[in-house]
Amino acid sequence: MGIRQTLDSLEPHFHKGGRYEKLYPLYEAVDTIFYAPPDVTKTTAHVRDGVDLKRIMITVWLCTFPAMFFGMWNAGWLANMAIADGYDALGGWREALVMALAGSHDPDSHWANFVLGATFFLPIYLVTFVVGGFWEVVFAVKRGHEVNEGFFVTSVLFALILPPTIPLWQVALGITFGVVIGKEIFGGTGKNFLNPALTGRAFLYFAYPAQISGDAVWVAADGFTGATPLSVGFQDGMAALSSQWSWWDAFLGFVPGSVGETSTLAILIGAAVLLFTKIASWRIMFGTFLGMALTSALFNLIGSDSNPMFNMPWYWHLVVGGFAFGMVFMATDPVSASMTNPGRLIFGVLIGVMTVLIRVVNPAFPEGIMLAILFANLFAPLIDHFFVQANIKRRQKRTGDLAEESA
Amino acid sequence: MEHYLSLFVASVFVENMALAFFLGMCTFLAVSKKVSSAIGLGIAVVVVLTVTVPVNNLVLTYLLEEGALTWTGIEGAENIDLSFLGLLSYIGVIAALVQIMEMFLDKYVPALYNALGVFLPLITVNCAILGGVLFMVERNYTFGESVVYGAGAGVGWALAITALAGIREKLKYSDVPAGLQGLGITFITVGLMSLGFMSFSGIQL
Repeated sequence: MGIRQTLDSLEPHFHKGGRYEKLYPLYEAVDTIFYAPPDVTKTTAHVRDGVDLKRIMITVWLCTFPAMFFGMWNAGWLANMAIADGYDALGGWREALVMALAGSHDPDSHWANFVLGATFFLPIYLVTFVVGGFWEVVFAVKRGHEVNEGFFVTSVLFALILPPTIPLWQVALGITFGVVIGKEIFGGTGKNFLNPALTGRAFLYFAYPAQISGDAVWVAADGFTGATPLSVGFQDGMAALSSQWSWWDAFLGFVPGSVGETSTLAILIGAAVLLFTKIASWRIMFGTFLGMALTSALFNLIGSDSNPMFNMPWYWHLVVGGFAFGMVFMATDPVSASMTNPGRLIFGVLIGVMTVLIRVVNPAFPEGIMLAILFANLFAPLIDHFFVQANIKRRQKRTGDLAEESA
Repeated sequence: MEHYLSLFVASVFVENMALAFFLGMCTFLAVSKKVSSAIGLGIAVVVVLTVTVPVNNLVLTYLLEEGALTWTGIEGAENIDLSFLGLLSYIGVIAALVQIMEMFLDKYVPALYNALGVFLPLITVNCAILGGVLFMVERNYTFGESVVYGAGAGVGWALAITALAGIREKLKYSDVPAGLQGLGITFITVGLMSLGFMSFSGIQL
């Protein structure tokens, strides 16, 4: 019996009056993972297109894979390098698993690196997926909306912006906050105004700063402290930064950081796919880049003797920290970003400007992109509002005053 | 000049009246359903704050502080300390200015006057206004600083309420659980906005 037949034979149980009536969203979710939904639009405004929400979300999900796999390898490589230098491994069940599968901590073995990284990233992702998925299903069942693939994206993005050594209970707490407060209480996918993954991370960031920032969390070896390039630049200046890593190191991703954010190259591969399929808005990415480049150029021009971040050029801002990841995957979230085209440009520029501003002038936070995107999310509806009003005004001028009729 | 600029920026973003201190919440939550009326109220608050903070600064410096009455030349005036009258005088000044503003709006911008309704006189007791004045007193701002601070605090509050109104207009299309509809979700929204504004916390200007 094929999957279709199995699903069809199960279906009556989930309909009204069936045994599992309440679990219909769950059935629907499983069904639509395998098959295109049979529903069609019943009223006007019907768009015939192969790209539906499901495919968009799955594409975004797949686009994070280069960054994700590279991130796992990189996390393992950095840890193995530290272990080769005499630090102890973190031990526990992870160690047993690494020994069983790879048998060594050899930083020259890609397999050993990858396995070690995977033992840190996969549990994070698993917890994110299970806990977040649990809330998603609870709300879907209780409130009668469908379980949406948007959650695939939220979960993978959330997992990728965490440091590899974060305790798993914090992961569970963070994704709970992100999914429930950031999204579900507004009614689920498409109805929130903040990016859920970033909401969860910001919550963790302010609630448990010790496990998500600083110098000790990025490399999974006992007692090893390794600052991210961004905090090296922040504390010791550009000279210290470029003596430790070359620009190419940072671009290719051989630096400590959150799992998914290290390799700008891997992220740009995902970005190319997103732009080619027109899933992500090029205006937002371009705006973010432009805002970042202009603001950092301005700071370069002003210069400062006491604050080394003033001298960081734009091409370094691009490759250090989470800028590229945020620009490609977070800022372009179609729900929480601006929805009008000129609004998208402004929204992007706002993110870019704010990122550099926080990085350079705010001593409290070395990383700015997360808070910058949340900040811009707040103003996205307002930006749209003004452009929509302007459009209405312009059309009224063109067609004569129809305001009475529509109001 | 640079000092004034950084004071202005700090009072707009870092010490945002609504989202960092949660002052002026009653009007903030009540008049943020529509962007247009939020902008109107925002401008009203900017005007009131920009006028009341410096005026109260003058009241403080020339009437209330210890020795403030020396300029009158009355014998023993340098020992008079009327600062216990502070709260009373500040509120009095605010109430008078809001009254004037109300008459002005009624006459020249009746649409906004009607949209703001009861919340316009209520600006008198808007905590953000008195809060701004009291911050001015506590931090010993000079007259020039209090002008900048009043304007900055007002602009920050106006910015916050306009952004909230934008979000709430968008949230009209959301599917909020019955128990949270209305003010409940607005409180949560404001909390999340405050999370976004935390990007500024820690900036020293």
